[in-house]
Amino acid sequence: MNQPDYEFLRKLLRDKSGLDLSADKQYLIESRLLPLARKAGLASISDLVQKLKDGSSTLISQVVEAMTTNETFFFRDKVPFDHFRDVIMPELLKARANRKSIRIWCAACSTGQEPYSLAMSLKEMSGALSGWRVEIVATDLSQEVLEKSKAGLYSQFEVQRGLPIQLLVKYFKQAGELWQINSDVRGMVQHRQLNLLHDFSQLGTFDVVFCRNVLIYFDQDTKINIFGRLAKLMEPDGFLVLGAAETVVGLTDVFKPLADRRGLYRPSGVASTAKAPLPGARVAVGN
Amino acid sequence: MKTCLVVDDSSVVRKIARRILEELGFSVVEAEDGEQALELCTKSLPDAILLDWNMPVMDGYDFLGRLRRMPGGETPKVVFCTTENDIDHISRALNAGANEYIMKPFDKEIVAAKFQEVGLIQALSAESA
Repeated sequence: MNQPDYEFLRKLLRDKSGLDLSADKQYLIESRLLPLARKAGLASISDLVQKLKDGSSTLISQVVEAMTTNETFFFRDKVPFDHFRDVIMPELLKARANRKSIRIWCAACSTGQEPYSLAMSLKEMSGALSGWRVEIVATDLSQEVLEKSKAGLYSQFEVQRGLPIQLLVKYFKQAGELWQINSDVRGMVQHRQLNLLHDFSQLGTFDVVFCRNVLIYFDQDTKINIFGRLAKLMEPDGFLVLGAAETVVGLTDVFKPLADRRGLYRPSGVASTAKAPLPGARVAVGN
Repeated sequence: MKTCLVVDDSSVVRKIARRILEELGFSVVEAEDGEQALELCTKSLPDAILLDWNMPVMDGYDFLGRLRRMPGGETPKVVFCTTENDIDHISRALNAGANEYIMKPFDKEIVAAKFQEVGLIQALSAESA
């Protein structure tokens, strides 16, 4: 891929989705966009760029979607789910003993492995949760991955990455070549399309927010703005879970990290200045 | 160095498994069927066993039952690795004392994920997307 093409795509992605690619992500673009180009009957990234310059809005959406769709797997990185079971839930079971309800948001749920991992974790502790109401709201930018998440159908490869075999046996059924997560687990997750660049205050208040491996794509101002708006919709004693390579440190003081719990943060009580999405918020995919 | 016994009647599968396991830091021993595997286990118990199901002489299921009844035979972590991909086989294997189950075809990521699951290897370093 030549440099002008790369710069064009970088700018396009930044304008349309907030995705902030560093100068050396040519391989990522090629691996994600070449299949898309071929599908559109184009021979190369250059041809694709030319077509984008001609202003094909469908193609622009497809490009943004292909670049922002993350790979994911069940219990990805494991540690956050240990935190969920060992720190977050025990604490919330005490703190919400009167209300007996907990709301969880998966802010970039992709094809559903994260919300379903949480749903299975909750199933595993169902004894302690008898009489409780636990909501999992799963959102993503891409309608395509949301549809896949709703269906809960996974390939043999997908169910073997991170999912303990006992949980496969317990919570999945075979559907031909695929495995489908049981309807009672699917029923624990509500799906909604959402662009984090837009206002999300209408989702209500959450006790737990999983926002992993999505902010890394945004530029610094956008990150700070999203953290500010996240803090506003969280309970003061709630928990924020970020990806292994992400942090709030050096960006914002609206969240503070928990000692010895990598990736786990709590609202600090410091008021955020972020009131609304950044002015001129970029166009949502699909709009 | 931890040892892993690879039990499979296909030399190709044994070769692929050996390469993956060596990359994961294991010293690898091979057996072509359950009987050979049992003999090796009588001499020295490995830390892990990657076990095929269908093999001549003695199959993997039979081997697992005998292993678990041996003195010390409950210690090795046994990970089935087989084309028997239905829930009945998986349940039978777990009831017989298997620790994990890989459905073929497999790759390094799956082996690493499953070995991590049963505590044979540490979590791989955190990755960004």
